[in-house]
Amino acid sequence: MFTYILKRILLAIPTLFGITVIIFSITHLAPGDPAQIASQSAGGQMSSEMSQRVYEELKKQYHLDKPITTQYWYWLAGDGERTKGIIRGDFGSSMSPDNRPVIDKINERLWPTMSLAMLAIGSSIVFGIPIGIMAATRRNGIFDKVSSTVLYGLYSVPSYVMAWPLILIFAVKLEWLPFQNMVSDNHEELSSMDKIFDLAKHYVLITVCSTYGSWAFYSRFVRQNMLEVLQQDYIRTARAKGLDERTITIKHAFRNTLIPVATLLSMTLPALIGGSVILENIFNWPGMGRLFFESMMQRDFATIMALSTISAVLIMTAILLADLTYALVDPRVKYD
Amino acid sequence: MTEASAKIKNVDLEIAPEATKPQSRSWRRFRRNKPAMLSVWVLGIIIFLCMATLFISVNQYDHQQLELTSTAPTMDSSKLDRVLDPETKVWREKFAPFGYDSLGRNLLWRSLFGGMVSLGIGLAAAIISVSIGTGWGLIAGWYGGRIDNIMMRTVDILYGLPYILLVILFKIAFEPQLIKIVGEKHEKIANVIILFVAIGGISWLTMARVIRGQVMSLRSQPFIEAARAQGLPTSRIMLKHLLPNLLGPIIVYATLTVPQAILQESFLSYLGIGIKPPVPTWGSLASEAVKAVNTVDSFWWMITFPCVMLGLTLLCLNFIGDGLRDAFDPRTKKKG
Repeated sequence: MFTYILKRILLAIPTLFGITVIIFSITHLAPGDPAQIASQSAGGQMSSEMSQRVYEELKKQYHLDKPITTQYWYWLAGDGERTKGIIRGDFGSSMSPDNRPVIDKINERLWPTMSLAMLAIGSSIVFGIPIGIMAATRRNGIFDKVSSTVLYGLYSVPSYVMAWPLILIFAVKLEWLPFQNMVSDNHEELSSMDKIFDLAKHYVLITVCSTYGSWAFYSRFVRQNMLEVLQQDYIRTARAKGLDERTITIKHAFRNTLIPVATLLSMTLPALIGGSVILENIFNWPGMGRLFFESMMQRDFATIMALSTISAVLIMTAILLADLTYALVDPRVKYD
Repeated sequence: MTEASAKIKNVDLEIAPEATKPQSRSWRRFRRNKPAMLSVWVLGIIIFLCMATLFISVNQYDHQQLELTSTAPTMDSSKLDRVLDPETKVWREKFAPFGYDSLGRNLLWRSLFGGMVSLGIGLAAAIISVSIGTGWGLIAGWYGGRIDNIMMRTVDILYGLPYILLVILFKIAFEPQLIKIVGEKHEKIANVIILFVAIGGISWLTMARVIRGQVMSLRSQPFIEAARAQGLPTSRIMLKHLLPNLLGPIIVYATLTVPQAILQESFLSYLGIGIKPPVPTWGSLASEAVKAVNTVDSFWWMITFPCVMLGLTLLCLNFIGDGLRDAFDPRTKKKG
């Protein structure tokens, strides 16, 4: 098993290299660069000559005047000033006007997105899996039909549309819940108990919006796999033995659907830090999705590269993890 | 003896139509699925309405009547008066059961034309996913080994990278080139094509995975071995022996691709990187409405009608896809 993992990790290195080369070339060959956008946004008060000089200056600073292969090499191995290079674990400095280290920018955005994703995944497990099991055991019954209609109905509403009535009712009309940012403006002045309460209130609306869609996804997934398992011969044997339905459902049927569920869950790992661009924009949430969108719009190459490298690493970890859990829960699967 | 054989014959006759073709048996099972059949009818009506009115909506969707800006729907016959069009000096019927948007455009025509564009995106994505996904899965599943490894890792990586990243990168990188090719005049067309390809380009991944799995299990079955033993060329085995057996999953996943693509376009529209205005899609109508909302006026009609049409279409497509999966899945054949 150890050699298998080692082999997979060694194989991952060239793949990762390939991904970074592709993303690097697409971002750099696309029209527009960070220097141009920064000099344009600052160019309001300057003459065209001045802004041209600023542009040239920034270009030199970001090494955009060098050939693309050199730029990639700098990103990989460092240029001695802006970055120590990715092989030394340094993502360099952001190419947006704030010029901060990319790792700092990511760090402050990580927790808001991760906590939200964990809440969303947790609630889809808590709600989605039991709904799926119940729907499967009473196939085509009232519960199956109602739950699938309601959940598919919710699934069909885009999250930004759902956010709108929720904000209007709960935040504007009733003024029960806030919907901007993670904390209130007077957060610092509150007592520690009120601080937690304030934070929790800010989580409510965005969590609901980012969760309801995946309930349908999880419950349908579990239902489908349960239906398959429930037709197996060993379920019939269990019934013939005179076991009660509850034991059959939980111990015999559901445990066998754990394999695909575990695989599905390990594939949500990249989503943990991905974040939702749209919801984070609506709720003014300081998360990764917004950071990604902002750096995209500013053509902040350093941040884009950092984010895509991190997500690529997570994806490959998730795939490896999925393969390993597969072998762990199903002894028939062997490593090759 | 004769009685017994007659009985056997009778039984044979009874099960004969069921037993002849698994394909037609699946369709019959699908037709018995009430929610799915209802969805087919509702979807059919929506598509018919969008197509039948195309000759009006294609001219009217961008027609502004500024004096009617943000007018609520009028179905009251006393209000259904005729108004003078200030531009063309033509009296026109104030027929607006869906109301007017904040730029004084009739939302009825915008919703209907937007439906055509949205459905077109869904259809394009389905076609791309069928052609690329099936081909990719066939080759990877058939040849296996190293080819399979490389092809499926590519899919895994594309699967995991945030799709908005891929779409934005694709748009930034290729849109200007395409506009250069087709000319400035046809910028709208270039924009639509790029979006079609960008959304379609990531929609084939699920299809490729599913087809590969199916091909791998079919490959070891006796009828394929027999075909190989006969010395048939690979292309013939793929087209004549494998493809017909893959029809079920292809239809199911193509159907499920359509709502996904429509939803993705609506997210892109919300971020302002979807189809360029004034061309409407259901997604862009909804996002325009969400942005027009303020605390004083909710303009409920702007968001309700496009969203009901969008939601209804997605709901129907999901139900149809689910029904097809139940009908075509060989594992659920025992019951049903």
